[in-house]
Amino acid sequence: MDRTDINAVYKPKILVEDLNLYYGQKQVLKSISLAIPENQVTAIIGPSGCGKSTFIRALNRMNDLIPEARVEGKILIDNENIYDRDIDLVALRKKVGMVFQKPNPFPKSIFDNVAYGLTIGHHQSKASIETVVEKSLRQAALWEEIKDRLGQNALKLSGGQQQRLCIARTLAVEPEIILFDEPCSAIDPIATSKVEELIHQLKKNYTVVIVTHNMQQAARVSDFTAFLWLGELIEYDRTDKIFTNPANKLTEDYITGRFG
Amino acid sequence: MKSSVRKSRKNSKSQLTQFLGFLVLRLSVYLVLFVLIYFLFDVLSHGSRVISWEFLSQAPRKGMTEGGIFPAIFGTFLVTLITAAVAVPLGMAAAIYLNEYARAGRLTRLIRLSIRNLAGVPSVVYGLFGVILFVNLLKLGTSILSAGLTLALLTLPWTITASEEALKTVPDSYREGALALGATKWQMIRTNVLPYSVPGMLTGAILGLARAAGETAPIMFTGVAFYLPFLPASLKDQFMALPYHLYVMATQHHSLDRAKLLAYGTALVLIVFVILFNLTAVIIRSRLRRKWKN
Repeated sequence: MDRTDINAVYKPKILVEDLNLYYGQKQVLKSISLAIPENQVTAIIGPSGCGKSTFIRALNRMNDLIPEARVEGKILIDNENIYDRDIDLVALRKKVGMVFQKPNPFPKSIFDNVAYGLTIGHHQSKASIETVVEKSLRQAALWEEIKDRLGQNALKLSGGQQQRLCIARTLAVEPEIILFDEPCSAIDPIATSKVEELIHQLKKNYTVVIVTHNMQQAARVSDFTAFLWLGELIEYDRTDKIFTNPANKLTEDYITGRFG
Repeated sequence: MKSSVRKSRKNSKSQLTQFLGFLVLRLSVYLVLFVLIYFLFDVLSHGSRVISWEFLSQAPRKGMTEGGIFPAIFGTFLVTLITAAVAVPLGMAAAIYLNEYARAGRLTRLIRLSIRNLAGVPSVVYGLFGVILFVNLLKLGTSILSAGLTLALLTLPWTITASEEALKTVPDSYREGALALGATKWQMIRTNVLPYSVPGMLTGAILGLARAAGETAPIMFTGVAFYLPFLPASLKDQFMALPYHLYVMATQHHSLDRAKLLAYGTALVLIVFVILFNLTAVIIRSRLRRKWKN
């Protein structure tokens, strides 16, 4: 199934067109084109250093923080090129939320962590913030565990709870797309299964892109899988197709564990 | 053969070396402590003999052979306040710019290098610079304002460096997390970087101020007076200050014998002043740290 077929069946949310990304002289992403469908989970897999984190960070322009990073090509989200000059980065990052590899709660209370995106910049009523905080924590399947101690410092939570808190924090600003950058690599297996379950739930309302080096995870949570290798997109297809009948020899070698 | 873990002749040699190494390190600590304690004891034992309410609250009398040091205490307090009002906000702002906004490049490196070097410039050079810039060029005269500004220049490299170090202790993940939630750069800095770095910034600033409060050379040319029986009425007046008063009493007085004990008293007050400063820094830091831990 090539790109056009995917587009025919699913409405693309993100359209990456001929994306090249450089760190100084070094080219990290090479001419990547793919369509990420709406309300589906798309996994990006590949060995360490293949550029998968760089790719996902290009989708909300977090790479802008790296001074020597340079981007060519287009990334269209809802048909707007996010690399255009007149793009409002604040609006972009509210629309495209991100959960990081290492849980990074702020050293504030649990409540303030979730409310963070709501309290900066614009003033909402306390009641409406409280409603959103509760809703987000429920969505992130954390509410029952912490509803009695919202004032507690978030750093005291366990690693898995911290990661779900970060997810709740992202949900609170009501994004349309959520990027997960290896969200389970720093948490234990039970917490991992909770996060995976959550990702599965999220696709009803959000478009999800997840980077993972764990192939079982990609197989479990995603509908589509892109395999990156040395900065190139080797294969992109339905996840079941990639894992049962990959078209490319490299993909097959990678998913069968011959390298990586 | 199984190896034994008992002490043996073979490893006793390396244990001796280790013992001697630790001994040298331990002796160094004792030596430093001895000098410090002896010095403090000397100042305390002589100085405490003249400390009285009169000494702390009165101006010097009879050619500074009697009376107190209140104008010097007040002057040092006021000049430190001026220094703080200029050096702390300016130092923090410069550090925020350097650490959060400036692009890493040759110019930024050069600025940083200059700041580090300025921290090592002898204080008398700052004094002469203050004379040229504040006293003469800006026509502020020899005044408490000129002296305060000169001390602010002296303190700035320290406050900038300390503030930058404090900003560096805030993990980048806090910055990324805030930006990813749609914060602007300034919102990110204000809500998610400064709250965690201000304790460190204040600590560094207060330590710098404590040092400035004890300086003699920068204020000698810019505003401090040998003897003033009254307090400065405006920022354009001259003032008395503890370190300079101490210098006068210890070396310049017409009758050093009669001034000696008063000099000890002045030294004691100055030391207590500086210790109080440092204590404030410690208290602020631990208070704020505790506040954010909960």
